[in-house]
Amino acid sequence: MSRNTQDAPQSDIEALLPWHAAGSLSRRDAQRVEDALKRDPELARRYERVREELAETIHLNETLGAPSARAMESLFAKIDAEPARKTATAGGGLGLRMAAFFASFSPRTLAYAGAVAVLAIVLQAGLIGGLLFKETSGGGYRTASAPSTDPGVGAFTLIRFAPQATSDDINRFLSDNKLSIVAGPMPGGLYKVRVGMAAMPKADLAEVVKKLQQDKTIGFIAATQ
Amino acid sequence: MQTSSDEVLIARIASGDRLAMQVLYARHHVRVYRFVLRLVRNEATAEDLISEVFLDVWRQAGKFEGRSAVSTWMLSIARFKALSALRRKPEDELDDEAAEAIEDHADDPEVTLAKKDKGSALRQCLAGLSVEHREVVDLVYYHEKSVEEVAKIVGIPEATVKTRMFYARKRLSELLKQHGIDRGWP
Repeated sequence: MSRNTQDAPQSDIEALLPWHAAGSLSRRDAQRVEDALKRDPELARRYERVREELAETIHLNETLGAPSARAMESLFAKIDAEPARKTATAGGGLGLRMAAFFASFSPRTLAYAGAVAVLAIVLQAGLIGGLLFKETSGGGYRTASAPSTDPGVGAFTLIRFAPQATSDDINRFLSDNKLSIVAGPMPGGLYKVRVGMAAMPKADLAEVVKKLQQDKTIGFIAATQ
Repeated sequence: MQTSSDEVLIARIASGDRLAMQVLYARHHVRVYRFVLRLVRNEATAEDLISEVFLDVWRQAGKFEGRSAVSTWMLSIARFKALSALRRKPEDELDDEAAEAIEDHADDPEVTLAKKDKGSALRQCLAGLSVEHREVVDLVYYHEKSVEEVAKIVGIPEATVKTRMFYARKRLSELLKQHGIDRGWP
């Protein structure tokens, strides 16, 4: 088949070019595409066409403007006309919000979340158990300045692990970075992870987030309180 | 990073937090509007629809299970509403608009100028794609959705997403050729 009259992508790699240009491929697939582009000049030429399309699609969409204030006014008029929620009010605690979410989960999601929670608990068991053992085995008391295992004390992030991360990856990540999961899974597969035993200045915490974000085990990470 | 905080916002919206709804709206309404506008091609209709989309988000936040990003979920709702609106529109109105998008420029004696401005020609041709092709191109290129996310939004298998994108690009090349620009493919 001639490359100028093809009716289907020549390869799986070629089919992925649009996503590669948009930066929405996994690292593994992105690397496969990069390797293929280095090897195949014809593929590289096609990739340039994809990049042109990408640029002009963005240009086209960006010239579409934005909705008028009427849309927002209409929306919030309708929201104000809605009956009051029966669940927790705004400003309710994390526990209340989480309870509302867990109550709305389907059995399948609950099963999945449960499986992930078991993994997290197993991972934490060694870490927190070890920490507790060390703290309590040295003489039966702790000073006021000793590191706290109180889940409410310290510096925290919200983390979602990458879908392809194995339990070994997660274990290694937590261990290497001296982290512990203190809550989760929350909606969206998020975990609250302690990154420091004491509260950190915002800038320091942002640096920690930036560093941890580089790890392939991480899907999403954000600072939290 | 934003995806995580979107989920936090949805949790707050589920508990009736109006301010969280304002934040989510401010963050996403322009992109949702543009996605809808590209499908329905009518600004007033697109404005009405995004109001409906975000009202659904307000009502259904408690049912959001986090299986996809919040933006993916919202685009799914937007797509459903846009296609429903298109189905309600009179057939002749749709045909007129679709024809306008392509022929206005194709019949223009200045069409040869398009050769000098490939970008402009590309944009004209992107506007001339079918709804099915427009949405996949926009989702991939503008909304930066992965194969899996496009599959969820459009409700088709991942393999179909790839082939649909391929045929959308192929159609784009055909339209460009009609505009006097031969990209050598298909």
